Amino acid sequence: MLPYSGSVSLVSSFLFPPLQFVPPPNRSDWLCVVTPSVRRVTRSSDWSKSRRFPTGLAHSPAEDSLKMAASLRCFLRSGKKAVSALGQREFHRSAPAAAQVTVRDALNQAMDEELERDERVFLLGEEVAQYDGAYKVSRGLWKKYGDKRIIDTPISEMGFAGIAVGAAMAGLRPICEFMTFNFSMQAIDQVINSAAKTCYMSAGLQAVPIVFRGPNGASAGVAAQHSQCFAAWYAHCPGLKVVSPWNSEDAKGLLKSSIRDDNPVVFLENELLYGVPFEMSEEAQSKDFTIPIGKAKVERAGSHITLVSHSRYVGHCLDAAAVLAKEGIECEVINLRTIRPMDVESIEASVMKTNHLVTVEGGWPQFGVGAEICARIMEGSAFNYLDSPVTRVTGVDIPMPYAKILEDHSLPQIKDIIFSLHNLVLIIVRNGNYSFVFAEFLICPYLAATKPNLH
Amino acid sequence: VRKLLSIVFKGAAAVVSARTYADFTNEATFEIKKCDTFKLDEGPATQVVMTRDEGLQYYRTMQTMRRMELKADQLYKQKIIRGFCHLYDGQEACAVGIEAAINLSDHLITAYRAHGYTYTRGGTVKKIMAELTGRRGGIAKGKGGSMHMYCKHFYGGNGIVGAQVPLGAGVALACKYQGNSELCVCLYGDGAANQGQIFETYNMAALWKLPVIFICENNGYGMGTSVERAAASTDYFKRGEFIPGVRVDGMDVLCVREASRFAADYCRSGKGPILMELQTYRYHGHSMSDPGVSYRTREEIQEVRSKSDPISMLKDRMLSNNMASVEELKEIDVEVRKEIEDAAQFATTDPEPPLEDLCNHIFHNNPPLEVRGTNPWSKLKSVS
Repeated sequence: MLPYSGSVSLVSSFLFPPLQFVPPPNRSDWLCVVTPSVRRVTRSSDWSKSRRFPTGLAHSPAEDSLKMAASLRCFLRSGKKAVSALGQREFHRSAPAAAQVTVRDALNQAMDEELERDERVFLLGEEVAQYDGAYKVSRGLWKKYGDKRIIDTPISEMGFAGIAVGAAMAGLRPICEFMTFNFSMQAIDQVINSAAKTCYMSAGLQAVPIVFRGPNGASAGVAAQHSQCFAAWYAHCPGLKVVSPWNSEDAKGLLKSSIRDDNPVVFLENELLYGVPFEMSEEAQSKDFTIPIGKAKVERAGSHITLVSHSRYVGHCLDAAAVLAKEGIECEVINLRTIRPMDVESIEASVMKTNHLVTVEGGWPQFGVGAEICARIMEGSAFNYLDSPVTRVTGVDIPMPYAKILEDHSLPQIKDIIFSLHNLVLIIVRNGNYSFVFAEFLICPYLAATKPNLH
Repeated sequence: VRKLLSIVFKGAAAVVSARTYADFTNEATFEIKKCDTFKLDEGPATQVVMTRDEGLQYYRTMQTMRRMELKADQLYKQKIIRGFCHLYDGQEACAVGIEAAINLSDHLITAYRAHGYTYTRGGTVKKIMAELTGRRGGIAKGKGGSMHMYCKHFYGGNGIVGAQVPLGAGVALACKYQGNSELCVCLYGDGAANQGQIFETYNMAALWKLPVIFICENNGYGMGTSVERAAASTDYFKRGEFIPGVRVDGMDVLCVREASRFAADYCRSGKGPILMELQTYRYHGHSMSDPGVSYRTREEIQEVRSKSDPISMLKDRMLSNNMASVEELKEIDVEVRKEIEDAAQFATTDPEPPLEDLCNHIFHNNPPLEVRGTNPWSKLKSVS
């Protein structure tokens, strides 16, 4: 267990001549240590313009792992049916047990299966029926189930959200779709005061089994009024469950659990993920596949730094982890899956292993998901295991701008996640190429050697 | 002679008290006020029949509601009831008339002036008063209070003005979806009638032909604002625009009953929603913190009390048609008074909910969970 180390600006150390190692006068003030292998270079301007990691990184000998990381990123981020770098089937003799399913299709499957399973489930919202869904998430459902169960509403969020809550009170199980959660602000009184609080106010007499779902957070180029993340707002309120899936498996399993739950659930999807294909195991494709609400998932095991995220930024964290893995920095990536109730135990267990925590989210920093994680870690037993303060990587604290360059810089990018580790990771720039070294390896190499390898 | 006279009088008294109930008229026809209609070819009937039993039941129910509200007033002034307390006295005819026209299998939802409806929908006076005083014997175990009382097919008690109207339409949607011929009565006040979500609800209810009866209880004042100062159009029964409407004398229980029957028939025949405006009056202020005389005169309140009090009107009707005797009604008064006293006694002596109950009932049908208390190490247990 290392004591808390003060933040060391290691990048700025490159402006000075290489330093000798001097034992720190007190433990809260560590000097940076530079090994002879580091050369002083200027920062490349290309990096800040490009979101993609520059190829041809010469530092690491593991070229194939770099290629793997690059193609993994491609695979995870592109909307095209990218070939899996993990294994390409050349002969399709039999249908693969696992399949590539987009998040949109996974949500569609989940709703289809739940509509079939329970007569009381129905979907209402704007354009969900004849238009096949504003984002085509409910494609085909109206054709299959008809007007009674898939209901197009007029543009009256407060009205139809209230109607959905009333129907839930009277015994049905509605899925209320908001075209985006920005419009749920019109109906937020019904979500909080009529849905979330009713079970408590009635001392359990009146249940409200409803799911509010829709895309949340930033999309692409939709500007300020259509880009807000509501995870923090809804997760603030007792009586609600707030779920934020990332990949197709999450989407399907969590939506099914939400629909089967007898309580109000706010289901935050992400528009940019709708078209992204993910691998779904055979088990995940079955009709009874559910994921429990309130459990996080460790997407990638690691031992040096914990990255916690939800929704789209889990992908960014995995990409960042892939980049850092080349350098031997193993990040543990946790996909929260549920914002409320938050699985703090998983985060604590991970922090106790890695001693460092970074939270990544698209929402604004103040009073957000990351802020809550910081508070809970600080209040809990994992605080004593932290070697540095928790870092929050969040959206910039501004209304979302329109221009692409501004929009790109308002949200966390992979480089932001990596650069947020500047007090933990030496960022070495050589000839315009970046490489990373986990500071603990340099400062306390003996500790790095004794760290358990939990791959 | 005096002895003779006393025998005669005693005898006469004996004769009077020996009068059996068979001497009362079993039913009588009453002429009630014609209702204004909107987009309707015909309105509710103007000649109605009321039986003796019905009359006694309405009288008892209205008297119970009146006494219960007055008792709540007393308890509030003694600071045994806290927070909000919106009293329903003066408007009893609305609740009783509506309930007389629908079944307990139908649904009803209203706003915060809900004690009367909680009673007519099946709540007992004991449980209602214990809820007002915040005791564990309350209808919501003390967790809800005045504005959040629930019963079977009664969805409260809603604190946010106007929010109950879309909820009511949603209940009606569930009725239509499930194919039972139930309907939902959805009440709101003249103040709430200006809420946007109500117009959104009118639109969807009419579009989807939901079996909902929208009822505007117009008591002339939205808190301290009279209807003339709040609404560009005070014809609340016409506000539905494409929904037919009826304006009803809300102080006459038979008028309300007849109009509700008419509306219920309309709804159940699948024609869609209908709107009723009940013109009624509340004697108390908006709530217990409002004396109720800063925006209206005491003379006005007194005038309504003397001329249009619903209980007095019913009593006069029954007595003048020989449907009941003064003693009988007095007996009912005494019984009601006792019931209220007992309930108040229960409500003041029942213990408050246990602290273990603090975090319960957040969720329904959920495994037990831990809830953070006021500080990080206080972990409270929550069960469904």
